[in-house]
Amino acid sequence: MKIGVCVKQVPAKDAPLAIVEGGAWIRESDIGFETNEPDSYALEEALRLKEKHGGEVVAISMGPERAKQTIKEALAKGADRGIHVSDDQFYKLDPLGSARSMAAALKSENFDLILTGLQSDDQGFGQTGVLLAELLGRPHATIIMAIEVTDSRMKLKRELEAGWFQWVELPLPAVLSIQSGINKPRYATLKGIMAAKKKEITTVQRASLGVPDAPTQHVERIYVPHKAKQTEFITGQPKEIAAKLIEKLKHEARVL
Amino acid sequence: MKILLATEQREGKFNKVSFETLAAAQQIVQHTKGSLTGLVIGKGVAPLADELAGSQLDEVLLVEHDLVEKYTPDGFSLALRQVIETTKPDLVLLPHTYQVRDFAPKLAASMGKGMIGDCIGYRYENGKLIFVRQMFQGRTAADVVFAGDPPWIASFQASAFRADLVTKHAGGKAPVKPVSVDLKPEQIRTKPLELFREAKQAVDLTQAPILVSIGRGIKAPENIPMAEKLAKLLGGEICASRPICDEGWLPMERQIGSSGQTVAPKLYFALGISGAIQHVVGMKGSRTIAAINKDQNAPIFEVADYGIVGDLFEIVPAIIEELEKAK
Repeated sequence: MKIGVCVKQVPAKDAPLAIVEGGAWIRESDIGFETNEPDSYALEEALRLKEKHGGEVVAISMGPERAKQTIKEALAKGADRGIHVSDDQFYKLDPLGSARSMAAALKSENFDLILTGLQSDDQGFGQTGVLLAELLGRPHATIIMAIEVTDSRMKLKRELEAGWFQWVELPLPAVLSIQSGINKPRYATLKGIMAAKKKEITTVQRASLGVPDAPTQHVERIYVPHKAKQTEFITGQPKEIAAKLIEKLKHEARVL
Repeated sequence: MKILLATEQREGKFNKVSFETLAAAQQIVQHTKGSLTGLVIGKGVAPLADELAGSQLDEVLLVEHDLVEKYTPDGFSLALRQVIETTKPDLVLLPHTYQVRDFAPKLAASMGKGMIGDCIGYRYENGKLIFVRQMFQGRTAADVVFAGDPPWIASFQASAFRADLVTKHAGGKAPVKPVSVDLKPEQIRTKPLELFREAKQAVDLTQAPILVSIGRGIKAPENIPMAEKLAKLLGGEICASRPICDEGWLPMERQIGSSGQTVAPKLYFALGISGAIQHVVGMKGSRTIAAINKDQNAPIFEVADYGIVGDLFEIVPAIIEELEKAK
């Protein structure tokens, strides 16, 4: 089974976010980046499918030069090779623009299966998997909690809202968006990290893919959201805070 | 602006977000002085079209076909595309549900169009419709506008609008118009099988008057007993944001948020929860919200009544001590 897995690099969870003047994007200098957590579940699922059914796992990431680090981490965990779709202005792309670029870069690979995470922790469009499927002419399913592969078909457990699930069947080749929590992502071993150094990463310049620059939507600006509620902040030493909070919950909010 | 509102139903019942999105659609139509068409899709759903027609809309379209009785992304996007191509709306609005995020981007792309998903609001400024959505897990908001020609497709997050603000139809009922679609079995690549729920849930969090909820800030499973002790002293239950349940530190049935339970206790005490939208939609109806987080910019403070910026491992033990003293 030839599996492609899309992994995105996003600002680290605890990175302090500062917005550039004008609100075009965040200030990327001085912050750390990491693999988008939802994508780590997709990678783990790809590695497990390979262990069970054989084949190859290719980690694909689009982004500036630094995105290669996310591919390297996937290689260290067991992916066989990487494809870096290079674009310094990646954040400017709309969901369809990114998916068109990814589709153009991956078409000739003819993957049996492409996996993505549910959404990215930065822009959070949550559309890449579904769009890739449409652009590559493949069927898809999203929010997947279990995958059973039999011959050229898959039985999939989809999560719905409020505790409901559904089994669906799909033919291969296909694209799946994996729900976070489907598995426990592995850590890279020292051996894996050493082995990754010998693995190949192919770089494709996004600009060379011939994808038309025709955005369907435009982010005018990003900003710190307006507060919906006036929060009363309680300050002091832990002991004081505890006493004040309990007092307020008892006599002001009257919930204790 | 000509708006098409595509509702969602399962097993013959509308979901609440459909009406919240209808409220949004009615407001946008007022601003843009346009028209509003509702759409019900399924099989044997004529009573739902009739129900929808009781709201202020210009008309309701009813699409019934064997191949949309059960949801599939192929069936729904092909059917909707045909409706869009014949009725030519400027804007198609959908509730942002797991089903919509499964097919709406595909529907848009099949027409070479884009979708602005998961919006929490909109503004209409100088003739321009601006959609507001969140980025960075709710730490920032973003103003997003469509580029290029209609049709445009957008979806609204649960609780973004109030369903009780839906205006009733002024003249009694909007006309219901059946619309036929042409679908063939070989176009449907997904085979939908049974819907089911996991084992009956042992704890009903929706009934708990007080909830102590933990997020990533709890750091390790060894720290959970501290939160459980706090919950017990307050007479409440423990629950969590999704990452904690993904880690297996608490069972999935204790998860609050869009993929878990929606709760509205009298006190919701969030410990180390950043407040991503997927979590907040499940708890923002709580009467009082208290939150401890080390990051003063954490979005949980957007909805909190009482906020404490600091180390929960210092503050929670102090609260426990104070509560024990009062016993």
